[in-house]
Amino acid sequence: MSQGAIRRWKRPPFIQNPTLRWGLWVGAAIYLAFAFGTMEVNWDRVAEGVTRGQRFLAAFFPPDFVSRWDSIQDGILESLWMTITSTVIGIILSVPVGLGAARNLAYRPVYLFCRGILAVSRTFPEIILAIFFVKLFGFGPFAGFLALSVGTIGFYGKLLAEDIEDMDPVQAEAIKSVGAGWLQWLNYSVQPQVMPRMIGLGIYRLDINFRESAVVGIVGGGGIGATLLTSFDRYEFDSAAAILLVIIGIVMVLEYTSGYIRRWVQ
Amino acid sequence: MLRIENLEKRYQTGDHAIKNVTLEVPKGEVMALIGPSGAGKSTLIRCVNRLVEPTSGKIFLGDLELAHLNSSQLRRARTRMGMIFQEYALVERLSVMENVLSGRLGYVGFWRSFFRKFPQPDIDEAFNLLERVGLDHMADKRADELSGGQRQRVGICRALIQNPDLLLVDEPTASLDPKTSRQIMRLICELCEERQLAAIINIHDVLLAQMFARRIVGLQLGSIVYDGPPENLNAEVLTQIYGEEDWEATIENVKEEGEELDTAALLNIAKVHPPS
Repeated sequence: MSQGAIRRWKRPPFIQNPTLRWGLWVGAAIYLAFAFGTMEVNWDRVAEGVTRGQRFLAAFFPPDFVSRWDSIQDGILESLWMTITSTVIGIILSVPVGLGAARNLAYRPVYLFCRGILAVSRTFPEIILAIFFVKLFGFGPFAGFLALSVGTIGFYGKLLAEDIEDMDPVQAEAIKSVGAGWLQWLNYSVQPQVMPRMIGLGIYRLDINFRESAVVGIVGGGGIGATLLTSFDRYEFDSAAAILLVIIGIVMVLEYTSGYIRRWVQ
Repeated sequence: MLRIENLEKRYQTGDHAIKNVTLEVPKGEVMALIGPSGAGKSTLIRCVNRLVEPTSGKIFLGDLELAHLNSSQLRRARTRMGMIFQEYALVERLSVMENVLSGRLGYVGFWRSFFRKFPQPDIDEAFNLLERVGLDHMADKRADELSGGQRQRVGICRALIQNPDLLLVDEPTASLDPKTSRQIMRLICELCEERQLAAIINIHDVLLAQMFARRIVGLQLGSIVYDGPPENLNAEVLTQIYGEEDWEATIENVKEEGEELDTAALLNIAKVHPPS
């Protein structure tokens, strides 16, 4: 026992090399100083924008549900149609892709192929996909439906694959050890493990697809977005306000329901 | 019933897990496989049902050579080997009944199993087994609602409903308390006796192994270093298997507890099956 000597302790730093550690801090500080220093803000224009914004908001009131109610109703129904069909088709198509993209399930070439599909469909946001499909198939909700379906495949397939990769391998091994076939093995050991989360994510995706359906309409993909764009083009801000309120209402209902269902399936 | 000849397993990482193991387990014999962690016990039994692919050697289940079966032959062979796992390995979100019936998956077609329409004899057998382990009233409970000992009993039912010739048991008591451990070991041994099953039980608890198995095999660094009755496990042998340690207490304990246990066993059986 060496006595007297006090043994000090400090948490070891995350980056061992002190030059690198301090260099990174200084570098970050310099970059931020330049970045904010070179930002051009024209305060006159900001001031103008604020007053214009106030007029804009004033034009929203009172929201007018009545005069364009027919087209609002059509838009909403079209959006809901787009939401539901694209979610269902997207999820159905994403299941095989997701299974193939799980490293612990698929052979290497299948894995890489499916990961490729997921990467591509995730690279493009729904709005870019919608522009693309509108160019291919013309204006209307079909283009929007395709855009949202592809978006759903990327989203759902990736999360399904990751959930499968995180599953408990011992439960899967146990079902394999009884001599189950591959489909039986999926049904008895993989599916029960991933199902609750997947139901939750499916409902979450329904929610996202409805919000996105408003966006794809703006580039020609049909639905409530198209109605919204028309009302802006006609300077009917009171109708636009009504449309926005309806969208907000539906999103809130979906959000509340999805939260409730997700708690229930756990 | 099971014959292993010159089995070798070398992992891709270079670990030489099993070294030239030759072993025979006749019908109706319960054999305990003891050894320190990393000795290759788990690998050995997983080579038998090929959850781990052996590198070389032969494995015979009756007359069937297992190491070279194709995947559909392997599925059929696996139905004849029941496996019981360390952490129970029940599918937690399925019900107790579904877990037990999953032992029949090798015998029923996909759509029947998908709609849970198992043949009536399978369902009868499942209820019989659950009744035998005292869990028939839990059939529709979800597996994750059960306690450790109950889960392991469901695991035993799942293995037995396969109607296997061989039981592969991997550390059945590792996460159970001492009393439950003994109940589980006793249950496994009784059932093997009743059904004349051959069994390999991996177990790191020397005391339990000595209490319940009539043959002990000691594995050390992938090789068999002891094969004989539990009485001959002396300090010297244990040192050879596990390394230097004071073994006298372990050996003494077994002798005392053996007698105590017989009475305890009687009491327990009386509790499970009350005389009507």
